[in-house]
Amino acid sequence: MEKINVSLKVNGKDETLSVEPRTLLVHALREHLEYTGAHIGCSSSHCGACTVDMNGKSVKSCTIFAPQAEGADILTVEGISTPDKLHVIQEMFKEHHGLQCGYCTPGMIMRSYRFLQENPNPTEEEVRFGISGNLCRCTGYQNIVKSIMAAASKLREEANVEKKEIA
Amino acid sequence: MDDVKTPTSEERKTALSGLGTSRKRVEDARFTQGKGNYVDDIKLKGMLFGDFVRSPVAHAKIKKIDTSAALALPGVHAVLTAADLEPLGLHWMPTLAGDKQMVLADGKVLFQGQEVAFVVGDDRYAVADGVALVEVEYDELPVVTDPFKAEMESAPILREDIADQKEGAHGPRRHPNHIFTWESGDKEGTNKVLDEAEVVADEMVYYHRTHPCPLETCGCVASMDKINGKLTVWGTFQAPHAVRTVASLISSIPEHNIRIISPDIGGGFGNKVGVYPGYVCAIVASIVTGVPIKWVEDRMDNLMATAFARDYWMHGKISATKDGKITGLWCHTTADHGAFDACADPTKFPAGFMNICTGSYDIPVAYLAVDGVYTNKAPGGVAYRCSFRVTEASYFIERMIEVLALKLGMDSAELRSKNFIKKEQFPYTSALGWEYDSGDYHKAWNKALEAVNYKKLREDQAKQLELFRSGKSRKLIGIGLSHFTEIVGAGPVKNCDILGLGMFDACEIRIHPTGSAIARLGTISQGQGHATTFAQILASEIGIPASDITLEEGDTDTAPYGLGTYGSRSTPVAGAATAMAGRKIRAKAQMIAAYLLEVHDDDLEWDVDRFVVKGAPEKFKTMKEIAFASYNQAIPGVEPGLEAVSYYDPPNMTYPNGAYICVMEIDVDTGVSEIKKVYALDDCGTRINPMIIEGQVHGGLTEALAISMGQEIAYDEQGNVMTGTLMDFFVPTAWETPNYETDFTETPSPHHPIGAKGVGESPNVGGVSAFSNAVHDAFKPFGLTQAHMPHDHWRVWKIAKDLGLHN
Repeated sequence: MEKINVSLKVNGKDETLSVEPRTLLVHALREHLEYTGAHIGCSSSHCGACTVDMNGKSVKSCTIFAPQAEGADILTVEGISTPDKLHVIQEMFKEHHGLQCGYCTPGMIMRSYRFLQENPNPTEEEVRFGISGNLCRCTGYQNIVKSIMAAASKLREEANVEKKEIA
Repeated sequence: MDDVKTPTSEERKTALSGLGTSRKRVEDARFTQGKGNYVDDIKLKGMLFGDFVRSPVAHAKIKKIDTSAALALPGVHAVLTAADLEPLGLHWMPTLAGDKQMVLADGKVLFQGQEVAFVVGDDRYAVADGVALVEVEYDELPVVTDPFKAEMESAPILREDIADQKEGAHGPRRHPNHIFTWESGDKEGTNKVLDEAEVVADEMVYYHRTHPCPLETCGCVASMDKINGKLTVWGTFQAPHAVRTVASLISSIPEHNIRIISPDIGGGFGNKVGVYPGYVCAIVASIVTGVPIKWVEDRMDNLMATAFARDYWMHGKISATKDGKITGLWCHTTADHGAFDACADPTKFPAGFMNICTGSYDIPVAYLAVDGVYTNKAPGGVAYRCSFRVTEASYFIERMIEVLALKLGMDSAELRSKNFIKKEQFPYTSALGWEYDSGDYHKAWNKALEAVNYKKLREDQAKQLELFRSGKSRKLIGIGLSHFTEIVGAGPVKNCDILGLGMFDACEIRIHPTGSAIARLGTISQGQGHATTFAQILASEIGIPASDITLEEGDTDTAPYGLGTYGSRSTPVAGAATAMAGRKIRAKAQMIAAYLLEVHDDDLEWDVDRFVVKGAPEKFKTMKEIAFASYNQAIPGVEPGLEAVSYYDPPNMTYPNGAYICVMEIDVDTGVSEIKKVYALDDCGTRINPMIIEGQVHGGLTEALAISMGQEIAYDEQGNVMTGTLMDFFVPTAWETPNYETDFTETPSPHHPIGAKGVGESPNVGGVSAFSNAVHDAFKPFGLTQAHMPHDHWRVWKIAKDLGLHN
């Protein structure tokens, strides 16, 4: 099949890929760009292991063709932290045992990353609904919810400190 | 000047993060940053992909396979069929249960989704195109999906390869579709007790077919290096060493030339114990093409073809005196094994440890018979987050207790309490021959009933029932009780082996000169956090902080031989090996310390992280000092270095147990259930890491919730899989999943070096009964005795309808 060029930004870096038009975004990310954080669990949008951020929205990268991401700004789990400084959400997942096998974790964290921008002060129920597109087979979600609630609280504290500093 | 304070024993103990601490997981830094290394993340130079052409029908002769169009496609390199594998003797492979299984369809197919041909190509897309172009002509045959019809005279013969074979791996076969009959206990004695009993409850309890469905599917990358003759396979293997031995036996590649690596595994739950055609085909394809081959199944492949669980029809009779003392238990199970007997059970146990079905109760006499049959369904029969068939056994007895309580007109909490094995009876030998190591069931049960305020729950339930009866509400409340005893940690080599490999496990420790360490085990974590918890066991044994101990598993070239991780065997067996290897290190350290301190070995005592001269606390050598000395001192009669290995053959299984209670509200008109409370008390013996235990319990309960409330592998009469995607196969989201209350009692195992019993599977074993019993309990006042799982909304609605509650 003839290949086409797709230009996009991934984790702040401009990339141009030569792919078959039918290439799924998740394969483009994992196999062409070697960002293997996003995982494949179902290839049918049910499990959310492939969740990444695209133009400020959570998307399941297994059901988007790479050409649909032309010009898009993509953020994967590899792009939200440096080894020296984890994102607060990553810290809280560690702190509250919000993961076990780790397979759903990058998708879960990327969903939480976007969700907490959509709703910085959620109730537990809102968190549960907010991540209901992401399946986890290990944790029973209880500690994931705890992790996200803790992250929300920390992020609000940080935002308040910043506000005060600006004031 | 202030004295510099020497840390107290207690402070030094805290610094180790050893046994009993909720140490944070060392695995998480990688996983939270997307730096895990799962099979599908592996990318090797020149690597090709492989995938299967699968059968669309459940039973058919194959008339013709035409691969020409696929082979003509650019990007497709090879198409393997049974005819290609036959000269290598690899068109069939042995199963773990003493049967054999087609690697690729050999003349016929026996279940929908069966592997027919293996297409190898440049990438997934080229392979998918190739798969679509392989033309297979099928001649359809009659299908058997009902295990009770499998042995009828008119039933089509499924396994023509063994149709005339009268003797199977587990004794005589009486019909071509009969696999084995396995008996345990006293048949005559049990029948006599049942005949003479004051009360007998008789019920069919079905534990439906389901699937472990880990989020990561099965897969591998096989790489045959033709220059040095070495085969390396990275795969989703829960038992890498056993896979190496099996691979060597079936491929004739010498075992030292095979290296099996289990990288990070995205959940297993029993799905990744077996050997699947994909592994064999990837290996053969790598040998044929000379380049690495990746095979990763998709979700539909996973649900349709690899490793179902359960599918046990358990007919039970339980007898008791009028006042509720159980006198006997009888069980006949019809086990639907699908097209090949590919159960992952220890060799001598074709129905696993189903004979733990006397549960937590002191039952004087019992008898169990299990008939295994072939049907046109996928092979498997794995232990989905449980020890071999223990969930089935536990569900059976916990349903029989409820049915008996109904018959006796007795509260089932009281009936349980009246029949529990008493604390003073341990070690207790059950009527079916197991020696339960330890437990205090009454203590756990009473604690649980008190924690949930059982009396008040029953009062609230009665009030709600009144509201329902008077037409003021359409909701009912069910209280689901469950007490379970697991049998895990397989197991003693004298009676537990898989393919002749004794089920011991091993740990090897090397202490570095500067006092840190590496330990390697024969197990493999799939999310359990071994790198965290096994370091804790060692920290307490050898006095080196857990953070200074690296744990490695899963590479057969470096790790000592062990049988892997499933059946909650890691802590009971490998955990014991870890403690024993640690004790060997300590014994040698004691000799070194004695030399350095110029005293006799016996003049030293161990104190957290050091050997201290008895009566002279200022004279001591820390483990760190001893480690360095082992590398730089010429000690007479002592070899340099500080290493140890332990191969641990457990003297017995361990018997974790627990008391679970669920409160559920059910809408009679819609069948929708809402979990109001789940209380789970576990006794897993010594607790290594309470945080991880709690996490395991949450996860296991959620799998139990899924299984009991909706998750199933369903077939229609033509053998079509009705639940092959996550649209139909129920996996609860955060939205449906409740919060859980966890609790514990701690009764150490007397035979385990640190007293630990294992916990990962307990919540699945105990949870299913709690959820299912809650549904039954809600409808009990209207005459419901038994309704088969899963209790999805439609089935619950149907219960209400059949009981006349919709009028």
